[in-house]
Amino acid sequence: MLALFYIFIGVAIGVSFWQITRIMNLRGVIATDKDNDRQGKYFILFGVFIYALMIYCLIGMNVLMLPESASFEGENDDLLFDISFWMIGIVQFIMQFLIFFFTYKYRGKKEKKAKFYADSHKLELIWTVIPGIVIIVLIGFGIFQWTEVMNIDENEETIVIEVYAKQFAWQARYAGADNTLGLGNVNFIDESTNPMGVDMSDTASQDDKQVTELHLPKGKKVLFKFRSQDVLHSAYMPHFRAQMNCVPGMVTQFGFTPKYTTEEMRQQSEVIAKTQGINKIRSEKGEDLYEFDYVLLCNKICGASHYSMQMKIVVEEEEDYKKWLAEQPTLAETSKQ
Amino acid sequence: MSEHHHKETFVTKYIFSTDHKMISKQFLITGMIMGVIGIFMSMLFRLQLAWPEKSFTIIEAFLGPHQTDGIMSPDIYLALVTIHGTIMVFFVLTAGLSGTFSNLLIPLQIGARDMASGFLNMISYWLFFISSIVMVISLFVEAGPASAGWTIYPPLSALPQAIPGSGLGMTLWLVSMAIFIASSLIGSLNYIVTVLNLRTKGMKMTRLPLTMWAFFITAIIGVVSFPVLLSAALLLIFDRSFGTSFYLSDIFISGEVLHYQGGSPVLFEHLFWFLGHPEVYIVLLPALGITSEIISTHSRKPIFGYRAMVGSIMAIAFLSTIVWGHHMFISGMNPFLGSVFTFTTVLIAIPSAVKAFNYITTLWKGNLQLNPAMLFSIGLVSTFVTGGLTGLVLGDSALDINIHDTYFVVAHFHLVMGVSAIFGMYAGIYHWFPKMYGRMMNKVMGYWHFWITIICAYGVFFPMHFIGLAGLPRRYYSNTAFPMFDDVADTNVVITIFALVGGIAQIIFLANFFISIYRGQKASQNPWNSNTIEWTTPVEHIHGNWPGKIPEVHRWAYDYSKKVDADDDDSDYLHGQDWVSQITPLLPGEEES
Repeated sequence: MLALFYIFIGVAIGVSFWQITRIMNLRGVIATDKDNDRQGKYFILFGVFIYALMIYCLIGMNVLMLPESASFEGENDDLLFDISFWMIGIVQFIMQFLIFFFTYKYRGKKEKKAKFYADSHKLELIWTVIPGIVIIVLIGFGIFQWTEVMNIDENEETIVIEVYAKQFAWQARYAGADNTLGLGNVNFIDESTNPMGVDMSDTASQDDKQVTELHLPKGKKVLFKFRSQDVLHSAYMPHFRAQMNCVPGMVTQFGFTPKYTTEEMRQQSEVIAKTQGINKIRSEKGEDLYEFDYVLLCNKICGASHYSMQMKIVVEEEEDYKKWLAEQPTLAETSKQ
Repeated sequence: MSEHHHKETFVTKYIFSTDHKMISKQFLITGMIMGVIGIFMSMLFRLQLAWPEKSFTIIEAFLGPHQTDGIMSPDIYLALVTIHGTIMVFFVLTAGLSGTFSNLLIPLQIGARDMASGFLNMISYWLFFISSIVMVISLFVEAGPASAGWTIYPPLSALPQAIPGSGLGMTLWLVSMAIFIASSLIGSLNYIVTVLNLRTKGMKMTRLPLTMWAFFITAIIGVVSFPVLLSAALLLIFDRSFGTSFYLSDIFISGEVLHYQGGSPVLFEHLFWFLGHPEVYIVLLPALGITSEIISTHSRKPIFGYRAMVGSIMAIAFLSTIVWGHHMFISGMNPFLGSVFTFTTVLIAIPSAVKAFNYITTLWKGNLQLNPAMLFSIGLVSTFVTGGLTGLVLGDSALDINIHDTYFVVAHFHLVMGVSAIFGMYAGIYHWFPKMYGRMMNKVMGYWHFWITIICAYGVFFPMHFIGLAGLPRRYYSNTAFPMFDDVADTNVVITIFALVGGIAQIIFLANFFISIYRGQKASQNPWNSNTIEWTTPVEHIHGNWPGKIPEVHRWAYDYSKKVDADDDDSDYLHGQDWVSQITPLLPGEEES
């Protein structure tokens, strides 16, 4: 009923508008010199607005940005991003200036004559070739970096961790002493005893360790294997510049080497500034103070609680990591209980 | 197509009309109604994003069972973003934009009496109408409409256990889209055949206005890519209803293992984006075509680099069909494919840059008549540049890893295809309104409409890039589950305020539009002093467009401000005025540009 009320109000406003126009003069239809002059000047004002907005966003919102990459592989991502952003920033500033300035400068006047200028192969060649060269450079760097990140050397020594997604929680499995994950399939799932569907007849499964919080050692390459049991999810670890979809029926992978421990990251100046900003807001609302933690988010729409699906990641020195891992029970131990 | 006037009843004139001009109005009005629904939905979910725990009576009023105490449920939030996307992309910017202006302009600008098949044209509209009705009906399904995102990735879209919207709501979505695709294909085939076969004497392909080139190429991309979406949708229907396993495999949900074996959601992503990416250009190219025409006419200058513009439309169209993988860099597909798609994707920057530079050069040393249509065209160039540039970041697979599916993407595509295409549509409406209704729209309301809209568009989407760079994922019902996003809350409030103001400001346009239909000033035959031949038809619509013979075309469409002495900008106009209609024969010794 309330919706009808809103619609009724809308109709009433429409009708009154209609009536007002009866007395209004609707005759102004084609721009006169006065309109051209005024609108041309408005474009300059609008240009000022756009530049103010761009500068505010670039500088004022900088504190919101993610801090520098917490993985070694992500360093080049940050560099490539900076190069790209500087480049598009400069082009953006110039192009917008030209659009607004030309609109102002060449606003129409009765006595004025436009220039008949239909073609210039030279100019067109310039603005085909220059963007061409710039983007070839960007593509080159981009593809190089992409290949570096995505191709994982089979012989390289990595810590293998399975990240397992379901509506609406993350779990993880460490490969144990043999550094080999046991096989898994949805047919083995038992929600109370075997939530990740690990095949316990596989000998590699026995020493696997199942956890709900990720711990990673600093400076060691970690290779994640992703699985999902129901719908698409995406394991997004923004601080490490890492993301990969979790696809039911298939295993996907992504690898990186953590660069800073959680503790070190908390001391990093960008993180301190961001945390202070967050805590100012939180204390005003009377909420608990926030402390920086790495986090894994779900970044592929997966259902009602998609917005809260997360897992904490702790990066620590290798000995702490080993200590923590040793405390976790193996699957063989938990299934005996 | 006969010139004879046969008796028309109300039904044949206004409802089952085969006249392209009436069909174009039908497309426009239907598209506008869908646009109101789509924009209204975005305003509702912007309320939720800005004030996630606050109660609103408007939410209580419109979301009925999907809210508690004026706070929307997470499921309906996802449904709203899904339907907003679907409606805006397909129903407003594909059918509403392309359907309206292709229908109106193709016969008029090439010099034909109607479309090649008026009957199929009518069928195309009515299929679109039915699909709109089905989509609107799906909003009233008890479990809610489709809510798996407008990309409807399975398994989420295939399993009602996963999200309630994937029940009847999703079925209706698929039915609606299947009908929509049929409509779009029939329309596109008609456009292609008409442009190829029904051009008037002298209208060589190289003399076509750029609008025609844009609509023609758009129709070709549509014919190439829409059928693939249809097959994707059909296979999804099979998976949902007949137990096949095209997209599904190894699923455990609601305590049981489902029987699906051997399918892959990645297959769906490939099929979907094989349409989905060209779709971006199906939306954008008509807007760019309209803008080319309007910028040239209102600058009183020839469009700069006609051949380069045609070439870049073709290049964009070709490239658009081989870049779909850039939506899937992190889908789990082979990383080598990622490199290939990065290469093809970033190449699109070249023809796009050519277009942008050519627009700017057309403005240079013009005599700009700043009518509302012109303002929206200039606005399009601005948002197209702003939104297009960030495509260089997103198209780079290495960088996409970390900003994929964040608000950076949302900001990018809304600016480059959403706002730009809407601006192109508005520009087209302001410019061709006199041709459609024989009256003029009011300019003062047009100016207010433009300035509020562009300020709000930038106010919404520019800051949105930066909350994306903070790592904020899209399609989150609320950001409260992550303390690390607490500091973007203020920005979200600002964005929502701009969105609400911008949304409400569209009322100015609607008022201007509908009032002008009935009360606008009567239009003269050629109010903008334009060269194209649609302005040689009488103001009152007649079947067959031209009362006598169809005029012959003697030149291209852009002989604005042609001078006696080509090297002297101040010399007299060659034809005594700053425009030369396409039907004016060449003077002795005059060179065709």
